[in-house]
Amino acid sequence: MAYDKFTIIRSSAVPLPIENVDTDQIIPARFLKATKREGFGDNLFRDWRYNADDTPKEDFVLNNPIYNGQILVGGKNFGSGSSREHAAWAIYDYGFRCVISSFFADIFKNNSMNIGILPVTVSEGFLHKIFSAIEKDPQAQIEVDLPSQLVTIISTNEKESFDINGYKKDNLINGFDDIDFLRNIGDEIKQFETKTTC
Amino acid sequence: MSTNPQTLFDKVWEGHVVKKVSDGPDVLFIDRHFIHEVTSPVAFLGLKTRGVGVMFPEKTFATADHNTPTINQHLPVQDVLSANQLKALEENTAQYGISHWGLGNPKNGIVHVVGPENGITLPGMTIVCGDSHTSTHGAFGCIAFGIGTSEVEMVLASQCIMQPKAKKMRININGALQNGVTPKDAVLYIISKLTAAGATGYFVEFAGSVFENMSMEGRMTVCNMSIEMGARGGMIAPDETTFAYIKGREKAPTGEAWETALAYWKTLKTDAGSVFDKEYHFEGKDIEPMITYGTNPGMGMGISQRIPTAKSIESGQASFDKSLDYMGFNEDEPMLGKKVDYVFIGSCTNGRIEDFRAFASIIKGRKKADNITAWVVPGSHVVEKQIKDEGILDILTEAGFELRQPGCSACLAMNDDKIPVGKYAVSTSNRNFEGRQGPGARTMLASPLVAAAAAVTGVITDPRTLL
Ligand code: SF4
Repeated sequence: MAYDKFTIIRSSAVPLPIENVDTDQIIPARFLKATKREGFGDNLFRDWRYNADDTPKEDFVLNNPIYNGQILVGGKNFGSGSSREHAAWAIYDYGFRCVISSFFADIFKNNSMNIGILPVTVSEGFLHKIFSAIEKDPQAQIEVDLPSQLVTIISTNEKESFDINGYKKDNLINGFDDIDFLRNIGDEIKQFETKTTC
Repeated sequence: MSTNPQTLFDKVWEGHVVKKVSDGPDVLFIDRHFIHEVTSPVAFLGLKTRGVGVMFPEKTFATADHNTPTINQHLPVQDVLSANQLKALEENTAQYGISHWGLGNPKNGIVHVVGPENGITLPGMTIVCGDSHTSTHGAFGCIAFGIGTSEVEMVLASQCIMQPKAKKMRININGALQNGVTPKDAVLYIISKLTAAGATGYFVEFAGSVFENMSMEGRMTVCNMSIEMGARGGMIAPDETTFAYIKGREKAPTGEAWETALAYWKTLKTDAGSVFDKEYHFEGKDIEPMITYGTNPGMGMGISQRIPTAKSIESGQASFDKSLDYMGFNEDEPMLGKKVDYVFIGSCTNGRIEDFRAFASIIKGRKKADNITAWVVPGSHVVEKQIKDEGILDILTEAGFELRQPGCSACLAMNDDKIPVGKYAVSTSNRNFEGRQGPGARTMLASPLVAAAAAVTGVITDPRTLL
């Protein structure tokens, strides 16, 4: 499914300085029964966010209005555990477009990119600088520039580059999934077809 | 120009790469796309949602086979869900201009039987279908494999799929097969040696004199089962046997086009000095008629052997015990003499004319055992006609068997052809998973000869004693 294009985001960020955030925390298994992709945002981090009686837990970051934005900053080994793509859907549906961490679980990383979320891996040191900047000013602006593969903390102008494979980068910049990618090279495919013997 | 030696797989794969995505998968052009009623409706729905057409409708071929009844095909299909899927296939193919051989069409049959039969499957092609046994077409030197529904949508929309290239494995069997030992036994033997996951991540080439001397039907049986050891697919280099099979079939090239095609097909072999990531060697003389005793196709044994003990094989004790428990068997007991309730000959593994000839060779002059219910299901209407024309139907009738109409039937038991709970079936199909042939059904995979021997004696019998 096609999603919105991703080029440059400049936004405040929501800090979640916890390591090993697993996909069961991101979206608990009991919410996986839906048959559509939409609507998972309401249950993002459900058990950290709400008490058993569905009242919000005051101290959880998503319930504190001074933190907001399109970027989620997580501790090391973000997205481990079950391979459920629903975890990425929930993050996207809530309104995040980018997750920054010093390490991502593999499947979560792939799932995210497939649906239009950019996972950005930064060094342990740089992650720490981002957390400090947000601590000083909850509205600290972070810029994620996909075309030049750079993350910048605007207030201090500190930058770090990040890696991404070329195919996924193109897809994100153009808002494509595999079918869109293939349709976009339709002329190349048709050209190729004229050379086939079959 | 000097080039590195290439394998058959390399040649066909590289010849179809439209684009190599850096750090990503290859974009592979697909020459032939087969579709059927079960895995295509959601893909067409996806196309409609996107507002996208079919890029090359003439490269997709539809047939109805998975959930069709094998009796009274002239009557309306009773099962509502099946009828809906059949109707969806008919409407979708009509809307997008795709050739459709529905129920009642003289060319209708199991997708992997009708493709080769009509000359749609040709050497060196890339072929996909939303059915895992698409590997069958590898018998012609094709790269052929099963795909998921989202990939079906992808192929309809773009005639391509995006996949990383698999690793390469070669399995050699030299020497000759003994009398009474068929291609099905050869492949069950290989799977029993490699286990059901032994070729995961690989594309397999079958090589050696046993395959060189095999008919096309036999090669299709072998490649069909290649995915049962986890392989992405299997293939055999095309040769004179392949060319002779293809020549004159309806959609095969003719005249000058035939000569051009033939020249290309002759280049489709693994160059000397090619390197495989993994290679195995077996001897034809070591293979006897095979039968499975457990609940995955890797749990097979020579028919005269005893069921192995958990200690003697690699799988865990718990899953081994669970498997024997399901089958109602014990370790270290013989399979010979065990009672059989059902015999199924058919499917895209063993539903071709050669399989019915083999079956008939044993039942001729004998009678169906009273305790046996037999389903004799041709792979296509063409095979059905051959069965009649060659006098095999007379042999069947005389021995007390009935011939049903073509379709997948008890291979996956989506229609009414289900083996009842707890009953034992000797089946020429490809999967003996728990419940595959019906809830609680106990499947023993075997060749058409072993199936025939069970059908006339009522028990597991070595077919070599009846030849
Ligand atoms: S006979 Fe069985 S394996 Fe073959 S196409 Fe039908 S369902 Fe698939």
